[in-house]
Amino acid sequence: MLPYALRRLILALPLLVGITLISFFLMHLAPGEPVDISNPDATTTADREGRERLIQAYGLDKPIHVQYWNWLTRIVRLDFGRSFAPDARPVLQKIRERLPITLALNVAEMMIIVMLAIPIGVISATRQYSRFDKVTTVFVFVGFATPDFWLALMLMILFGVQLGWLPISGLRSPTWEYLSFWRQQWDFLSHLILPILVATFGGLASFSRYMRQSMLEVVRQDYIQSARAKGLAEPVVIGKHALRNALLPIVTILGLSLPGLIGGSVIIESIFAIPGMGQLMVQAVYERDYPVIMGNLVIVALLTLGANLIADLTYSLVDPRIRVAARRSRR
Amino acid sequence: MRSFWRALRRNQLALAGGVVVVFVAVLAILAPVIAPMDPNRPDVKKILDSPSSRHPLGTDQLGRDVLARMLYGARVSLAVGFVSVGIATLIGIALGSAAGYHGGTIDAMVMRLVDLMLVFPRFFLLLAVLGFLRPSIWTIMAVIGLTGWMSVARLVRAEFLSLREREFVLWSQSIGASAFRIIWRHILPNAIAPVLVAITLGIPAAILAESGLSFLGLGVQPPHATWGNILSEGKDAIEIGWWLSVYPGLAILVTVLSYNLLGEGIRDALDPRLRQSVGRIVSRRR
Repeated sequence: MLPYALRRLILALPLLVGITLISFFLMHLAPGEPVDISNPDATTTADREGRERLIQAYGLDKPIHVQYWNWLTRIVRLDFGRSFAPDARPVLQKIRERLPITLALNVAEMMIIVMLAIPIGVISATRQYSRFDKVTTVFVFVGFATPDFWLALMLMILFGVQLGWLPISGLRSPTWEYLSFWRQQWDFLSHLILPILVATFGGLASFSRYMRQSMLEVVRQDYIQSARAKGLAEPVVIGKHALRNALLPIVTILGLSLPGLIGGSVIIESIFAIPGMGQLMVQAVYERDYPVIMGNLVIVALLTLGANLIADLTYSLVDPRIRVAARRSRR
Repeated sequence: MRSFWRALRRNQLALAGGVVVVFVAVLAILAPVIAPMDPNRPDVKKILDSPSSRHPLGTDQLGRDVLARMLYGARVSLAVGFVSVGIATLIGIALGSAAGYHGGTIDAMVMRLVDLMLVFPRFFLLLAVLGFLRPSIWTIMAVIGLTGWMSVARLVRAEFLSLREREFVLWSQSIGASAFRIIWRHILPNAIAPVLVAITLGIPAAILAESGLSFLGLGVQPPHATWGNILSEGKDAIEIGWWLSVYPGLAILVTVLSYNLLGEGIRDALDPRLRQSVGRIVSRRR
């Protein structure tokens, strides 16, 4: 186990360096290089100002290797400087406020997706081509094709505007402070229902598809035949022998689908006005707040890298074959 | 080839998808001819009119006809889809074939690059790049293309790994053909099936990405209509103008769904073996 874990860690090192390189070169894309005095329109002036602040903040007037070294030493300390916004607070502080919200939402979504997708996938695989299977297949295709922001709008119109059952923005009502304790909890939960519903929709589609596929492959294996042959009841064959094996690849897919979920929170947080990382990112892009953009990007990439590593290690922990065969079969 | 068509014809869902794909493309091309009126002409007397016989899909905040805007929006959405997937495919083929043919260090480097790109959630990366650039339709196309080539590269590489051991490749090598010639003339034509599937499944992903960006106001800029930025206006009028939100979203859903059905149909018809492997790699969203 330990050598395998070490090897995965060493393989992750170039990715770590890559993250710093990509974000470093991104910084150099900032417009405003040719100082064109004959064109005094507002956006170019703003661009030039932004670039000058960037040059100051990150020493972009120094030789390129010095620049990169500076950047690297800052990233190691997770120091992304101060926001360009008028409040000029440290970027890390801004991210730290918002990260827990995004993480909590994504973990909740992930748990709901897994809890629903596993039974759906198992049932549609064990009853292939049944009516249930066909209905879920349609749901999967529609789920893949539905733009999440549109689904959000539709639910907002239906439940928020037409029926008036659920709040459509923020995490708390303006009257939060005057509510009783239980009312407060319900208020908070009701703000979460629509965003989580939207976020789980697409993920549920792909996950139940993977689960079905994985289960279909396992059910055809010889050891399932022998489990049946020795007279085990069908629920035991499916629920114990087949399910455990079908769940193995799901661990990796969980890790791989994390970037998609986090990416989805950009749109969901901006629509529902939830103060998380995604909303911070969109605001930073609107305001050309370069340090916040860079900080967000690096943090999100580091999180994904970490999650993938954990998924890899968990996979090898639950499936010893991986540790042996890893060198040949992976990638 | 004939068996391919026969297999595809038997798949009614894929056929239906193909018909819709062609239909939407024709609508987009003929937009100037069939649009009932100028998509950008405001009309102060008709602000947020609900659907009527004169404006079948209603009007927006400036009194512009939604149907006309959606027809013109289809042109932008499809153009972004095709061009960005074209860019992604070219990059993917170049890197994937180099990695799969040469193996060794080149392969390791390309695969590390793929891993690296996949560490960034695509939407965050798109936003970050756009945060540094001025948004225009060309930057949108380029950025979506540059962040979407990884699945093509993986597929092409996988095909090359198995094809390069075959006799016809050894034979070409033995008579001294250059690597470029072997890749381009001999291996690539045999590896084109999964690429075709990846293209068909990549276009809807690009359309979704573009409409998401335009929805946030960071994609194609007004007054150019796209399905995404009509929806963005719909969000501001959510209390009164439901038709602004419903129809463009339906257009995206139906188009994306049709491309996906067609893509899966082509995949199954080309090679049933591909059924799992391609689906696994390509169908990941965003």
